[in-house]
Amino acid sequence: MVPLEWYITLSTVIFIIGVIGFLIRRNIIIMLISIELMLNAVNLSLVAFSHYLQDLKGQILVIFVITVAAAEAAIGLAILVSLYRNKAVVHTDKITEMKG
Amino acid sequence: MNIPLPDLTPIIPEIIMSIVTCALLTVEVFVKDKTKDFLGIICIGTALAVMYMIPMSQGVTFGGMFISDGYSSYFKFIFLISLILTILISFKFIQREDAEFGEYYSLLMFATAGMMIMASSADLILLYLGLELMALSTYILAGIKRHDTRSNEAALKYFLLGAFSSAILLFGISLTYGLTTSTNIYQIAEHLKQGETSITLLIAMIMIICAFAFKIASAPFHMWAPDVYQGAPTSVTAFFSVGPKAAGFAVIGRVFFIAFESLQMDWTAILIGLAILTMAVGNILAIVQTNMKRMLAYSSIAHAGYALLGIIAGTTEGLNAVMTYLLIYAFMNMGAFAIVILLEKGENIKDYNGLSKSHPLVAAMMLVFMFSLTGIPPTAGFIGKFNIFMAAINAGYTWVVVVAVCFSAISAYYYMRIVMNMFMKPMEAEAKIYPNPANGAALLISLLMVFIIGIMPSVVIGYTFQMFM
Repeated sequence: MVPLEWYITLSTVIFIIGVIGFLIRRNIIIMLISIELMLNAVNLSLVAFSHYLQDLKGQILVIFVITVAAAEAAIGLAILVSLYRNKAVVHTDKITEMKG
Repeated sequence: MNIPLPDLTPIIPEIIMSIVTCALLTVEVFVKDKTKDFLGIICIGTALAVMYMIPMSQGVTFGGMFISDGYSSYFKFIFLISLILTILISFKFIQREDAEFGEYYSLLMFATAGMMIMASSADLILLYLGLELMALSTYILAGIKRHDTRSNEAALKYFLLGAFSSAILLFGISLTYGLTTSTNIYQIAEHLKQGETSITLLIAMIMIICAFAFKIASAPFHMWAPDVYQGAPTSVTAFFSVGPKAAGFAVIGRVFFIAFESLQMDWTAILIGLAILTMAVGNILAIVQTNMKRMLAYSSIAHAGYALLGIIAGTTEGLNAVMTYLLIYAFMNMGAFAIVILLEKGENIKDYNGLSKSHPLVAAMMLVFMFSLTGIPPTAGFIGKFNIFMAAINAGYTWVVVVAVCFSAISAYYYMRIVMNMFMKPMEAEAKIYPNPANGAALLISLLMVFIIGIMPSVVIGYTFQMFM
């Protein structure tokens, strides 16, 4: 049987990849993908914990996270589309109307 | 299999809010009315009805997931007050701003319902769902002026950082669940009392602190606040600066005072650092701002720092002080934003030059709100700060209070600059105002509450505590 530590290590590594991707990439689509990566890393660790603890709560939370992630992606893309219609950019370095 | 229906009494306020909001979304499509004012009036009516119902719906339900007690009721009272004031200042303003979509009011209601669920959640799953209901609604509200690039930019920044912070919160929840085998905050507390603390648990707790610090716009997670506050329509900004902040404090109180009670030493140390940094960043950066909404954004960051002192105190007195402070803050901040909305051009600080000559009454009201935000008696802001500082001193954090008072003195500079511009600078151009009854009502309520709480604090605060706790 695969030990729990392996799952948690994998999920932590994916989560950190997501965080780094979010922080260093400047394309908004890539940033959205990084956020999805972080959420899926969380799902992985939750399912692993849930299995090893023999407790269903973790899996319930996973279902909710997947649902909310779908809603979040829909809203994020909608905001991006309305921005793109006005400015035609998807690069955060170009979206700097407000500073200070 | 026979599954009994859970006791729905404690959750009735949230159910009513959600049903009315869904109904409004549907009705709005069919009504060919030119203005959407009736939607706002229905929302205010619902909010008042829910406020009346909250004290009667106490209890625990859904297997201990949902708690409606005095603590949550008081916070729900604050959320509903901020909702009502926001709708009052929105009526004519969103027509002027060309943002009058029917969804506007529904989204405000959904966000409030999310905050109410957050305040009542005794389970991290429910907490996450309430937080997302609030967050997703507020992302759209920030970008509701679809054709304005600033509004788009605000929504995008808020969305990206908000989604990032909720992913961090989830990782923290996941680790806590793995270590304590439960998501219920009372069971987490039981489990933590027996076992020793591990480094993983500390990491999980720090991640949860980061996510909540983002919601209350505490430094170093405040970067979104000035941009979002500036870009969003002013009425939405007023809502952001009160509602989600109060909701963040509600969950901080619940999670840290109950679930992580045995780690109090650790989170107090982290929160002291956060509070001092927040007060420093908020107050010092507010000085250099030339945009009124940006200045109020930094001021709201600074106020989050003061309110954190009550949490740091770690006592019931501290928590009560935070709740009182947030109620007072709701009135004085909403009042200041109502004035910004009243003026045709209120965005730039220079627009306030010589306002006392053209509109003495407006200038006088702004003066009161600025004094209250600074914390000068006999206004309510003084009482709020006094309670918080007393609670922190009684808990033995005198040096933190000394630092807070120093920063509070700095804050006088930028609040008084507005007053100086209004009363001592020559008028450049005649300022135009858009008075209307709803905005006037919001101003009157805020003004009266600022004075009533300021002059007889024990009566009002005692009454609200007695009613809701």
